[in-house]
Amino acid sequence: MIYIRLFFEFCKVGLFAVGGGLATIPFLSDLGSRTGWFTSGQLADMIAVSESTPGPVGVNMATYAGYTAAGVPGGIVSTLGLVFPSLIIILIVAGFLNRFRESRIVDAVFYGLRAASVALITAALLQVAEIALMNHAVDNGSTQMFYWPAIILAAVVFICFSYTPLKRVHPIFFIAFSAVVGIVLGM
Amino acid sequence: MHVLIDLYLTFIKIGSMMFGGGYAMLPILQREVVENKKWATTEQLTDYYAVGQCTPGVIAVNTATFIGSQQAGIAGGIAATLGVVTIPTILILIIAAFLSGFMDSMAVAHAFNGVRACVTALILASVIKLFKGSVKDWPTRIIYIVVLALAAAGNFLAAPERLSHVWGIVTSPVFLVIISGLSGLLIKSMRRSKKGGAEE
Repeated sequence: MIYIRLFFEFCKVGLFAVGGGLATIPFLSDLGSRTGWFTSGQLADMIAVSESTPGPVGVNMATYAGYTAAGVPGGIVSTLGLVFPSLIIILIVAGFLNRFRESRIVDAVFYGLRAASVALITAALLQVAEIALMNHAVDNGSTQMFYWPAIILAAVVFICFSYTPLKRVHPIFFIAFSAVVGIVLGM
Repeated sequence: MHVLIDLYLTFIKIGSMMFGGGYAMLPILQREVVENKKWATTEQLTDYYAVGQCTPGVIAVNTATFIGSQQAGIAGGIAATLGVVTIPTILILIIAAFLSGFMDSMAVAHAFNGVRACVTALILASVIKLFKGSVKDWPTRIIYIVVLALAAAGNFLAAPERLSHVWGIVTSPVFLVIISGLSGLLIKSMRRSKKGGAEE
């Protein structure tokens, strides 16, 4: 049955992709060519749609691929398949950490691990910043090294969100505001 | 309100605001989970991200599972996980079914160029908060700099020829997180033996 196959195929993707949504792409590309559920062109569309909707890229891709293969139930089954392995693993890790929360060893491990976690998030931030603020394609076919409208918008948001009374405002309002600015300025 | 319903609804809200993947969820989590609900401290959020980054699966989902399970055990983990994927799944199904031209729309492209710039700024603000909470002394500063250098090199640079066979491993989050955890263990036990157990 197609739904059971979808569930297990996306379980595998969820199990092997470590380190975020983009890590699922090589596995999805392999899955598409093995099963014929979606083409590489559709995979490229999926990535584009994922970048422009809320939600983790990996989840979006599973939904979209499952839908292409077997309609709405296919999309839901694939999403559940994708999150199932990590759900089990995290529940085990969380249970383990709770039991040893007072342990000096766990405390010492997290002392080092936390700094690494912040560093990895900073590295991801640099990637996001490069995509958002640098090397913008211009209409005449060339690229600008610094994309000034985006850099200025980012600077304004950062200052308002960190140093003004506007920091009480929910982040989603800054996101909505920036979407409007993007449309108005034709960014 | 029952804690499971509260978890599910809160993560539905978080999932619907998460533009740009797991890292973009950080500012939203900081507001909803740390400041509003007080389900975790900033340091705990950093811990959850550390685990989320080195376990299989999507970081955003892993982090949601972790927070949910800390609040209400296995059922809580499941409630938070289902919550965070609900809206994205529905939206993608709608787009896939009805809006084949969604991405070709110029307005959508312009809006998302704006959103991306905004998300960059919001993540920066979050990273500064996390940094203040977790990178406080020389050993953690050194770990931070080394991990950042290796991870950024892995993201932006091609593998140097002489290191090509180990490059993928050395710059992978799993490897960096494990080594940093072991370094933490080593540093703390060295400190403890220096003090001769005087801290107790």
